[in-house]
Amino acid sequence: MNKNIDTKKIIISNPLKLDCGNEINNFPIAYETYGELNSEKSNAILVFHALTGDQYVSGKNPITNKDGWWSYVVGENKPIDTNKFFVICANVMGGCMGSYGPSSINESTGKQIGTDFPIITINDMVNAQYELIKYLEIEKLFAVVGGSMGGMQVLQFVANFPDKAKLAIPIACTSSHSAQNIAFNELGRQAIMADSKWENGFYSNYKLNPDKGLAVARMAAHITYLSEKGLQEKFGRKLQDRDSLRYGFEADFQIESYLRYQGSVFVDRFDANSYLYITRAMDYFDLSKQYKGNLSDAFKKTKTKFFVISFTSDWLYPTSENREIVIALNSIGADVGFVEIESDKGHDSFLLDVPSFLKTLGDYINSTYKIINERRI
Amino acid sequence: MKEEFNIISNLIEENTRVLDVGCGNGDLMKFLQENKTKDIRGLEISKEKVQNCLSKGLTVIEGNAESDLKQFPKSSFDYVILSQTLQAFLNPELVINELLKVGKKVIVTIPNFGYWKVRLQLLFKGTMPVTENLPHEWYNTPNLHMCTIKDFYNFCSNKNIKIYKSIALKKSRISEISKSNLNYKNLDSHLGIFLIES
Repeated sequence: MNKNIDTKKIIISNPLKLDCGNEINNFPIAYETYGELNSEKSNAILVFHALTGDQYVSGKNPITNKDGWWSYVVGENKPIDTNKFFVICANVMGGCMGSYGPSSINESTGKQIGTDFPIITINDMVNAQYELIKYLEIEKLFAVVGGSMGGMQVLQFVANFPDKAKLAIPIACTSSHSAQNIAFNELGRQAIMADSKWENGFYSNYKLNPDKGLAVARMAAHITYLSEKGLQEKFGRKLQDRDSLRYGFEADFQIESYLRYQGSVFVDRFDANSYLYITRAMDYFDLSKQYKGNLSDAFKKTKTKFFVISFTSDWLYPTSENREIVIALNSIGADVGFVEIESDKGHDSFLLDVPSFLKTLGDYINSTYKIINERRI
Repeated sequence: MKEEFNIISNLIEENTRVLDVGCGNGDLMKFLQENKTKDIRGLEISKEKVQNCLSKGLTVIEGNAESDLKQFPKSSFDYVILSQTLQAFLNPELVINELLKVGKKVIVTIPNFGYWKVRLQLLFKGTMPVTENLPHEWYNTPNLHMCTIKDFYNFCSNKNIKIYKSIALKKSRISEISKSNLNYKNLDSHLGIFLIES
């Protein structure tokens, strides 16, 4: 969380008008890149991260010392091969890995901004990241790719900048956050705000951290990323380091222990206010509403090729919602491919080792790169 | 297979917009992409086959022709192709109507159940026909509505569907089907290829 991280960063000096009405300038966007940009600048892929992701897509994450969040997809000889592609990923605005967010320091007070930070949207995030692409002097990206909230950014990016990407791959996402999605996000936010150490968002002023609330938020959310079948197969009613029930509220079951662990490691790397702001941005996402109720209009100006992917066991961003994107694109004759990948791993499938997903994604990106280069578009 | 692809390709004008319904592993799409037009899409129900197509960089959507053709606007393709799959639908008539809406022209190919080899099996063996082109047994066939060249020809005239061109294929021999030779072609061909329009 923002402390002493040696991140790549740009300061965006152009004023950015946010959806909430505020205008910001001179704000940082932290990013990481992998591979090398070729001389024609035609091999750049912008990856958007999901709710709790960051710019460390691949390799070792210097903060957590764990593998980057999309190591199955991005890296040398991976589906998005960094021997071939120049991969860029920025920490979203509102995040806590170096980009402008609620844990950024307000220079006039020397304190964290906390909940004085403006409400931001997916649109704001994407507009800020476009400044990074301009800074890197990339005229046209080969692809924009992302899962979950990253997929929402893909859709918003193409809507905002219809001629800036040749290929767009939104994965396991939606064009409009559903009541169920908002409900789960609200549960997480309420868990954080119910923690007495939250202090209306100014916990850092008191050297506090609402880690209990944030851990509960993460635990609840984590369940939504898995599938019933996956949970049952992995954990069932297996007991944690014991042969029989203890008749108490300790973690008797492996699933309890697992969730507690997920909660506890999360609070070490993530800022509670960032969780509030980013989930809010997701809830506000409704691309068709931005286009007066017609999702197709969001893509009317673009020639970008689309590939939409969903997963059978994803009940958070189900296939039906991904299909709506496909239908909107088809109804304007856009170039769109779609497949629902068979997987028991729930919404998290896009982050995990799901061979048919990794193969299809990698083959598709590589053959499309070849086809597009041959045509010299 | 190759002959069928050639015939279909010859029916299509260059640089037009094509949709292949039930595109399988994308062999026909690939063939047309190399020979006729870059602007080609596919619709396929099998996940595995969709993934194979996408791996080749083909633009294919996983979906069911009986429910998913609706999402394409009217006349949004110059040609819609349905190659040897009409007989597998629950409601072939509905599918043909959907195809005619989505495509300005439609190419339908049908394995001919009137082919003499097929007829002989039922007549002499008394069993459901199993041939090179129709390799399944009665209990595992995906084919629900087999028809003959003559059936499809009559269907089109009954439903006021214009037949632009109808071609019969026997091994690699290609010939035109007309009203006068219909009975003969219906007996002597294993595949019928129709270019139609509503």
